[in-house]
Amino acid sequence: MSEVNKERRQLLGAGAAVASLVVAPGVFLVTAGKGRADEEAGEAGPQWGKVRWGMLVDTAKCSSGCTQCVSACDKENHLSGETLPTSSQWIRKMELTDRETGKSYSLPMMCQHCDNAPCVDVCPTGASFKRWDGIVSVDRHLCIGCRYCLMACPYKARSFVHHPVTDQNPDVPRGQGCAESCDFCKHRIDEGQIPACVEACGSTGGGALLFGDLNDPKSEISQRVATIATLQVRADLGTEPAVRYEGIL
Amino acid sequence: MSSVVFREIESRGKGYYGILAALGVVILAGLAAAYNMETRGHIITGMNQQIVWGLPHVFAVFMIVAASGALNVASIGSVFGKSMYKPLAPLSGLLAIALLVGGLTVLMLDLGRPDRIVTVAMTHFNFSSIFALNVFLYTGFMTIVAIYLWTMMERRMNPFTKAAGVAAFIWRLLLTTGTGSIFGFLVARQLYDSALLAPTFIVMSFAYGLAIFILVLMAAYNWTGREIGDVIMMRLKKLLAIFIAAMLYFVAVYHVTNIYYAERRAVEAWLLLHGGIQTELFWIGQILVGSILPLVILFHPKWGKSRAMIASACGLVIVGGLIQMYVTIIGGQAYPLVLFPGMKESSTFYDGVVHPYYPSGYELFLGLGGVAIALFIVAVGIKVLRFLPESLEDHVVRAHHGEGH
Ligand code: SF4
Ligand code: SF4
Repeated sequence: MSEVNKERRQLLGAGAAVASLVVAPGVFLVTAGKGRADEEAGEAGPQWGKVRWGMLVDTAKCSSGCTQCVSACDKENHLSGETLPTSSQWIRKMELTDRETGKSYSLPMMCQHCDNAPCVDVCPTGASFKRWDGIVSVDRHLCIGCRYCLMACPYKARSFVHHPVTDQNPDVPRGQGCAESCDFCKHRIDEGQIPACVEACGSTGGGALLFGDLNDPKSEISQRVATIATLQVRADLGTEPAVRYEGIL
Repeated sequence: MSSVVFREIESRGKGYYGILAALGVVILAGLAAAYNMETRGHIITGMNQQIVWGLPHVFAVFMIVAASGALNVASIGSVFGKSMYKPLAPLSGLLAIALLVGGLTVLMLDLGRPDRIVTVAMTHFNFSSIFALNVFLYTGFMTIVAIYLWTMMERRMNPFTKAAGVAAFIWRLLLTTGTGSIFGFLVARQLYDSALLAPTFIVMSFAYGLAIFILVLMAAYNWTGREIGDVIMMRLKKLLAIFIAAMLYFVAVYHVTNIYYAERRAVEAWLLLHGGIQTELFWIGQILVGSILPLVILFHPKWGKSRAMIASACGLVIVGGLIQMYVTIIGGQAYPLVLFPGMKESSTFYDGVVHPYYPSGYELFLGLGGVAIALFIVAVGIKVLRFLPESLEDHVVRAHHGEGH
């Protein structure tokens, strides 16, 4: 399945290249998603792919009543915290029950920062993009609100801003009519901090979240994922998420 | 084309302008709805985080798909050399452009930030996005069809009609494939992850486009007192019946192959058996009203000869087509994503539950506004330019047909 999807994506890319040659000779005012991200990397210094931020969720430590990560995210990113069908939710607690054994699990679900991100592939303008360090987010000035990324994300991680936004965090610009999702608190990461949810889970939650650089073999997260069995959600789709779950196989 | 005289329609005073005025009102209502959606946000619609594409997409995708189908009549004439259809080719091209413009308008006005269409959407392209490719497929389609129309209507250009017709035909296949692929690439949504979706859309476009074409043709001739003879009517009718049957076949194959994938059995059982409104819409709307009834009418020894009944069959195909788009687009989103196969899921973000959708009047009027735009373009087009043959009575068609090519 994963192979099929990779092939599909390659085909799509090839088709795109051919089409752009055939269809738009001389219309190359084009800024493709990746090019833009590279530019950003240029500004920030580090090269593409050197760092890959990831998260490991230990479901054994995450309990069903706890929503510390969710509250911390709402507070950090100035989300309303409401759970109407129209409300944005960047991170949510999912309750799972195995249909055969009856065993239940509780875990946080948010943007999985896919390496092969469907939301980036489908975005017509390149607003949905992957940063040099693997973080996927939306440039809210390029987003036209087509909502194709909401349709494409296998994890239901994207939200569309339905409600008017007030009281914004200047570090986290949001916009009515645009798509948005968890960005691993990139404004905090750029200052050397960890995401708000991870911090909250560690202090007042169950300490279930481990954050770090998957490309650094010496990091705690790399060593853990190298030694214990972990799950990438819907790995069959070939999206290669940077978030992994342990204790639920 | 020497024996067929094309002529712009004569203005019939009040009647014609009455239609234009009525369409104008619907267009204004659609624009007002779009204005409200833009200034107040999508919060005033029935869409939410679960149903992210609503009624406007149903109308828009239907019109875009029908647009390429409307071009078929012209294609059959020029590409496949069936000269009987040639007198109808200009109307077929006009209808294709009109439907595409109507559909795209709805699609663009439904964006969260329609103000960025020119500033961002036309300058930033991500070429791995089917959406971005479609921008080129759609504008290319309009250009090619416009050239095609020109070669048909300008005598000096007639020698190039065939070449332009072939180009337009190939382009229309690309266009519908592109539209079908918008859904086909959504691998995580079980109802869309099928390579059969694109060809199914092509077959549907044949049926929807032809149904609209026949209705518009009949209406235009009726209102202007011109004649359509039985020869051409029966041909068109038979063609429509074939397209409907092919559509039914593709829909059946699509669902049967889905049932073969164990993981998709649940979603198929939901849609086909216990999906509530979606199941009813599928069986009653898409299958019964949109396919079976029209087939019965068209093949019926008596009804199949009545103009009124043929027109009703076309109407049913169109209604059924809109319902099919509803089931495909809304139904495909209503069924929850499966993140953890084998688990029962729940959350504050409506995981694991079927999502309801209550479309608002704004969405309905935006969609209808798009339809009105398409009809308005056709009405104006046949008035100011010579799109319609003066007569399609049997002797005219036969004479032309006999002349061969
Ligand atoms: S989880 Fe969804 S939003 Fe996040 S990178 Fe993957 S596809 Fe994109
Ligand atoms: S909603 Fe915005 S970010 Fe998402 S695909 Fe459309 S333009 Fe890109």
